[in-house]
Amino acid sequence: MLEFLLMIIKTMIVFAIVLAHVAYTTYAERKIIGRAQARMGPMEVGPHGLLQPIADFIKIFFKEDIIPVKSEKFIFQIAPLIVLVFTMVNLTVIPFTANFVLADLNIGLLFILASASIAVYGIILAGWASNSKYSFLGGLRSASQVLSYEIALALSLAGVVLASGSLNLKDIVIAQHNTIFGIYAIPQIIGFVVFIVAAFAETNRAPFDLPEAETELVAGYLTEYSAFRYALFFLAEYVAMYIMASLCALCFLGGWTVPKFITHIFPFLHKVPGLLWFAIKVYAFIFLYIWVRATFPRYRFDQLLNIGWKVLIPAGIINLIIIAFVKKFH
Amino acid sequence: MVPLSYYLILSVIVFFIGAFSFLTRRNLIMMFLSIEIMLNAVNISLVALSHYMQDIRGQILALFVIALAGGAVAVGLIILVLAYRNRKTLKLEDFNLLREE
Amino acid sequence: MVKIIFVYFAILIIASALAAITRKNLVYSLFWILLMFIHLGGLYLLLNAEFLAMVQLIVYAGAILVMFLFVIFLLNLKEEIKEAVFLHKWSSRLYGILFLLFFAFLGVWSFKNNFKGIYSIELIEKEGHTKVLGTVLFNEYLFPFLILGFILLVPLLGVGIVALRRKTNGTT
Repeated sequence: MLEFLLMIIKTMIVFAIVLAHVAYTTYAERKIIGRAQARMGPMEVGPHGLLQPIADFIKIFFKEDIIPVKSEKFIFQIAPLIVLVFTMVNLTVIPFTANFVLADLNIGLLFILASASIAVYGIILAGWASNSKYSFLGGLRSASQVLSYEIALALSLAGVVLASGSLNLKDIVIAQHNTIFGIYAIPQIIGFVVFIVAAFAETNRAPFDLPEAETELVAGYLTEYSAFRYALFFLAEYVAMYIMASLCALCFLGGWTVPKFITHIFPFLHKVPGLLWFAIKVYAFIFLYIWVRATFPRYRFDQLLNIGWKVLIPAGIINLIIIAFVKKFH
Repeated sequence: MVPLSYYLILSVIVFFIGAFSFLTRRNLIMMFLSIEIMLNAVNISLVALSHYMQDIRGQILALFVIALAGGAVAVGLIILVLAYRNRKTLKLEDFNLLREE
Repeated sequence: MVKIIFVYFAILIIASALAAITRKNLVYSLFWILLMFIHLGGLYLLLNAEFLAMVQLIVYAGAILVMFLFVIFLLNLKEEIKEAVFLHKWSSRLYGILFLLFFAFLGVWSFKNNFKGIYSIELIEKEGHTKVLGTVLFNEYLFPFLILGFILLVPLLGVGIVALRRKTNGTT
């Protein structure tokens, strides 16, 4: 019973930390994009606009929750919850340090892929239930995009699984630490690039944010949503970004470990706690997300699908074949 | 410990829900979905038997069933889309070109 | 404890299957079937088949149902759904089903399990379910596995042909 309570408390702490991160990621995003465009970003609320996320939070939760009259009420209401639940549940299998993981599953990687594929339903159903053309198109776009890129994502991760011989995220990090390079990003550079591109598309972020391309579709599947249901979608998107960033850090950048050839040169790096390394890697990936958003124009939809099917999937397969050969003849 | 028969009974019930739906619904997509329900019901009993007989081969059969269901659904849905394009309907009774009037 | 979890899964599977087959709107049936598949995954976890549970979620819930959803959206079946006949001559079908159900139950009750293989729960837990499944699959069942690959290639080609034909129809 005590164990159970402890588990709940741990989960609450992790969720609270992640939600705080999400709040301040929106702030960081606005600041960084502001700087990239030679603006200041939010400055009004608090010093340097530091309280802006809290103000946004209060505003969005006290707005009226509008449900369109001709929508499918039940699915319209439940869709944001599907997305949020199946995104948040991924946090439980991510090992933050060597001995802090909420659920040490043997199939952690598959679990993340599975819940990501179910979270898509929330988006499609949200688009359908809104009973609006823009929402519907956004939902369909999102579905075909996420489905095509999930294959590429899974192929790039299959290389990691093949090289490390495990589906457990913790074992992947440990196996990775024992290789010469210490991170899989160097020997599996093709897989790494495929993963990064697929991760951008998987989370519906720029330059692949076609489901919510505001110049064509108003706001895509979010068009009819308002107040806290909108906030739930928003939250889910940012949590998904963090999941992808953690997955990248764990599978390609060595998680909480530092490559051995670096610690040979700088022995004092052993003293840095693992959690900090993990956080640095995750933040770097999040910064990449924001940087790309500020830099690249949006792709057209047929270009997006062509990249997915004609470039990323063959590249993923080639990566997998190379890894298999290396593993066999090494 | 849950006895094996519970799983088998669950499997039987779900299978017959699917079979009933297959016989009563006249919408082709719904009939397809009923087939999926039946396949899943069989999978329950395969996995349960594999667990209680301590033999992994039942689960491999279930894995094959899942993969084949994927292929079957893809082919079936292609046929369905083409049929809809030609006849503009999905009711089973309307696909009667070969029947003598 | 395990019994309570089993009863929860069993009730939800049956209830959502029933809900799925009685909805008139296909999207709602799909929604309920999705719920059923997720709970089936849970049931597989209860049976120590963790890899299969994830495959169930990824393939069934993540791929097959999305295909259905796409076809439903593509064909835009809104008008047809309302006139779909449900329970047409239902009594005879119900009796037929109940009759068969009786025999099925008879079969289940007379089933005696007196076979014990080598893959005990302890072995699977020690080796890891994925590893055990993979070893057997790629040693004993390699040929069926290759055939499966070819079978899955057929729909891929089929989809390509259908898409190509539509393209030429549109231009000529």
